[in-house]
Amino acid sequence: MDTKISFILNGKPQTIVTDPERPLLEVLREDLRLTGTKFGCGEGQCRACTVLLNGASTPSCITAIGDVDKQEVVTIEGLASGDRLHPVQEAFLAEGAFQCGYCTAGMILGLVGALKENPGASESEVMSQMQRHICRCGSYAKYAKAIHRAMAQTGKAHA
Amino acid sequence: MKTKLPPNGIARMDCEELNYDEPVERVNYDFGLSRRSFVKVLGAGLLIAATLPAMAQEEGRRGGGMGGSGARNIGARIHLGQDGTITVLTGKVEGGQGARTELSQAAAEELGVPVGQIQMLMADTGAVPDDGGTYGSMTTPRTLPSVRRGAAAARDLLIEFACGQWKVGSDTVQMRDGKIFDAAGKRSLTYADLAKSGDAAKWFEQAIPADVELTPVKEWKALGVPTLRPNAHDIVTGAHQYPSDIARPGMLYGKILRAPAYGAKLVSIDVTQAKAMKDVMVVQDDQFVGVAAPNSSRAEDALTAIAKTAKWETVPQPSSKELFDYLKQNAQGGVPPNPYAGEFAGAKVVRQTYHVPYIQHAPLEPRAAVAEWNDGKLTVWTGSQNPFAVCGELMRAFHLPGDGVRVVIPDFGAGFGGKHSGECAMEAARLAKTADKPVSLQWTREEEFTWAYFRPAAVIEAEASLDGGGKIATWHFINVNSGANAVDTPYTVGKKDCHFVPSKPPLRQSSYRALAATANNFAREVFMDEVAAAAGADPLEFRLAHLENDRLRAVLEKAAKEFDWPTRVKKKDPDAGVGLACGTEKGSFVAACVEVGLDRKNNRIKVRRVCQAFECGAILNPANLLSQVQGAIIMGLGAALREEMQFENGRILNASFGKYQVPRFDDLPELDIHLVDRPDLPSAGAGETPIIVIAPAIANAVFRATGKSVNALPVRLAAT
Repeated sequence: MDTKISFILNGKPQTIVTDPERPLLEVLREDLRLTGTKFGCGEGQCRACTVLLNGASTPSCITAIGDVDKQEVVTIEGLASGDRLHPVQEAFLAEGAFQCGYCTAGMILGLVGALKENPGASESEVMSQMQRHICRCGSYAKYAKAIHRAMAQTGKAHA
Repeated sequence: MKTKLPPNGIARMDCEELNYDEPVERVNYDFGLSRRSFVKVLGAGLLIAATLPAMAQEEGRRGGGMGGSGARNIGARIHLGQDGTITVLTGKVEGGQGARTELSQAAAEELGVPVGQIQMLMADTGAVPDDGGTYGSMTTPRTLPSVRRGAAAARDLLIEFACGQWKVGSDTVQMRDGKIFDAAGKRSLTYADLAKSGDAAKWFEQAIPADVELTPVKEWKALGVPTLRPNAHDIVTGAHQYPSDIARPGMLYGKILRAPAYGAKLVSIDVTQAKAMKDVMVVQDDQFVGVAAPNSSRAEDALTAIAKTAKWETVPQPSSKELFDYLKQNAQGGVPPNPYAGEFAGAKVVRQTYHVPYIQHAPLEPRAAVAEWNDGKLTVWTGSQNPFAVCGELMRAFHLPGDGVRVVIPDFGAGFGGKHSGECAMEAARLAKTADKPVSLQWTREEEFTWAYFRPAAVIEAEASLDGGGKIATWHFINVNSGANAVDTPYTVGKKDCHFVPSKPPLRQSSYRALAATANNFAREVFMDEVAAAAGADPLEFRLAHLENDRLRAVLEKAAKEFDWPTRVKKKDPDAGVGLACGTEKGSFVAACVEVGLDRKNNRIKVRRVCQAFECGAILNPANLLSQVQGAIIMGLGAALREEMQFENGRILNASFGKYQVPRFDDLPELDIHLVDRPDLPSAGAGETPIIVIAPAIANAVFRATGKSVNALPVRLAAT
């Protein structure tokens, strides 16, 4: 049964009437045309579909749209402030930390989420969170450098 | 064609290799005319047998494969806009391996403009020249020189244009900052000025001269320097549209009914319930059944309803447990015996059989396509490594003429040799035809694991004998089923007999990163360690004693030196081991030394460190080369330690990332990579070869640590 669902998407109110059991990922991509969030496996195993749900890194492929009613969602499209990239995006760009780039949006939001959830996290704690993300191109070495760079930058920003 | 030796004595790749093609097991959809209606049109009998293959052959020629015909003139390669935009056209695709960047650098170098000024138009069959498939490490040795020649020809036209305008000789003008200046440096002309001139169109119709002068390596400004992917910004903001992101007005989302097992045939099905669902469109065309709906969930519901009614006829299929016996039993002409078996008297003989399983490429973006029909013409956006071949597949499936199909390949989410074919494009097009609306189809992860083609499994038999001096006297090496790449040995041996023997593959199999070189190099390099052990020799010394190829020796010595092999190999540690391997493929050279840690309690192998030396001639983009080598090491590590398809009775048992475990962050070893630059040599491709030494180096490290032979992938600790 179609239901009215209202949530905050990338800082703006969003209302949609649809089957509440549909995956958030599908609604983002197909109904709202926000295609920066990717389908990788459909079972939360690869995290290409990562979004921030109330600030926390969340696999949108196994999150029902009904469950985000009255909640706050941020996708990769909502991370930059206008033309100014988020520091994590900047770090990933500076390191050229991707090959095909299909996992990149998920990686970036996964890191942003990990740092939001635990701002004092050590690099090894953050890396254990990032363990959930698959980069099939095997760009992990450059991603690790980008994560290090982002943490150094945001560390400074917090200080 | 014979190999030509240039003055520096270095063999360039010969034409045979440049026209290199990879076998692909394609899905033979036929939607245009059913076999029955074909009979009606052409009459039954011989005509069909005579006509069908001939048609397929002709369309195949038009439809890509091989090296492609390339750009027929300068205008087909370089387009100058009157507003100053410079567009380079190529049939190559970008799947993360770096072609977009590298070809931008190549054009910028010869045109004398900054890389940022180049726009690449890639893999739109309606607009670009056919540069062949993006595989076999061919972009660098074949397309890059072609782009350079086209750009250099365009630069020469600008020079000619300026000299004509100013009535001066070409030795008085100078290229600087993307402009041409007169001797005094006062007057200048740009590519936009050339584009505006009346004669430009005619000039660009000229063929690209074969002898056009290219910028020497020592003068390179754009090539040879680390260069970021031109659309990198769009990747980190999510703005880049991958094939699965393409949206067209009124587009529907499709799903395809899959058989429950390999070889299963659809006997009956009832689609009435699904057809009655709101906004659902159902296609049933012989064995092809699919649905399209305004969103994927509704399509899924419709497909579930249909699947419940499907009756299938299955036939027994081999399982992964009996795979290697099956491949040997079905080896075409049998597994050939060792022709040197009669010469073994008194000699030390070593023999071993190696097993390499089926594995899956598992690119993070599963196959995806958006298809749209307009006035009987078809446009498909899809992720494939071979746009012109996909065009050919669509022409064949829908019986369309060449100008009736356009295939566009947006930069896509990786291939690794796994996306040469167009099955998803055909499926989306079939749905769109009935829907009369554009249809987007993205395979699920399970479909990608099950129905995409696999890297072939192999049984490899190796046997070698040693002479009195501890050198290899005879070498017998047979690959059953997986392919001929690197089946020959680069080592100097007394006599050798190396063959590939095809078998009857139980799964759909085709290309993979470095193809059969992964299996053959694994078996050969692991066997070399066994033979070295039989000879009582150190693996490094034993290899060098059999190795004449200077480039291969150089990387092996480099890796061994950086790893400090002679010291490390003597260290005794019950929970660790070191191993090495080397190899050459597709014109590049690689060697690796690795250290592994053994967790005997949990039966786990941890790769702690990889020290790899890689040489592919003149380095074009050091940053991207490093990415390719790092990525190949990680991918090789997955295949070495965990990846293996399990199947039973035609069903894939581990078709998910939960069950088929690809490398993750905690698998990342310490990487010590040495890129050996040889500006004196032509550049070879680099996306494949760095993978071929990883599995054997790991296996050799485990062999050294445990003393037990390793003869199968993935490498497992023997029960102790």
